[in-house]
Amino acid sequence: MNLRRDVFQAIADPTRRAILLLVATQSLTAGAIASNFDTARPTVSKHLQILTECELLEQEQNGREIHYHINAKKMKEVADFIEPFRKMWDDRFNKLEAVMKKYLPGSTATGKSKNK
Amino acid sequence: MERKTKIHAEDGKQELVITREFDLPLELLFKAYEESEIVEQWMGTKVLKLENKRHGGWQFETSDGKGNVVLRMNGVIHEFVPDQKITRTFEMENTPFAVQLEFLEFEKITDDTSKLTMQIVYKSVELRDQMLKLPFAQGINMAHNRLQEVLSKPAYRNR
Repeated sequence: MNLRRDVFQAIADPTRRAILLLVATQSLTAGAIASNFDTARPTVSKHLQILTECELLEQEQNGREIHYHINAKKMKEVADFIEPFRKMWDDRFNKLEAVMKKYLPGSTATGKSKNK
Repeated sequence: MERKTKIHAEDGKQELVITREFDLPLELLFKAYEESEIVEQWMGTKVLKLENKRHGGWQFETSDGKGNVVLRMNGVIHEFVPDQKITRTFEMENTPFAVQLEFLEFEKITDDTSKLTMQIVYKSVELRDQMLKLPFAQGINMAHNRLQEVLSKPAYRNR
């Protein structure tokens, strides 16, 4: 598994962005974060793990509880703030284009596969 | 290479515009939004409902690898004009984000190329900036006030 996760990949996911929003002004436990989502607890844990791995979140031991808070320093390292948002849409539209090219008449993927 | 997808977001406005030119005829671009089976392929979501008509509804959901639902989105379709436009609302279920209004315009450039212009209107300037800049330092500061409201709701106080 790739341990050094891409920050932009991490924040391209809507659930992870929602998690970042939740912990932006206060630190929260994994349980408190999970209670805001319908998603199964292990799924939220996985998201927290990814966000922690790319250092957008930091863990803080607070008695017996672990609190998550946002790593402002890491956030500031990300220079162009609109780029990930743009990239998310660009990736989505690239996929749309690739999918639809199969439906082009003539020398399309669909046409080729039919000929084979 | 020139970036195909462009984001236009003016300071202080509660909307943003996404434009993209496709190497696809207009009809195929529109078809990508019209047929559930195709939407599923490029959005990576399951289409629970897609009623392409005035007052129709739509609902998509995404799952993780194990089949757990990660996110469910829904909205109402206000206008549906084939090869021209779709006007709809968009809401992410179980998130603090208010519903947004989306205007999608489809245009022919040449016989083989087309353009999509997507205008998204948010409830407030603050919400737009959150959605746009959320992961970044600037976004964190601007979102602060609204976050206080969101986080003071009872659901967020349970620790």
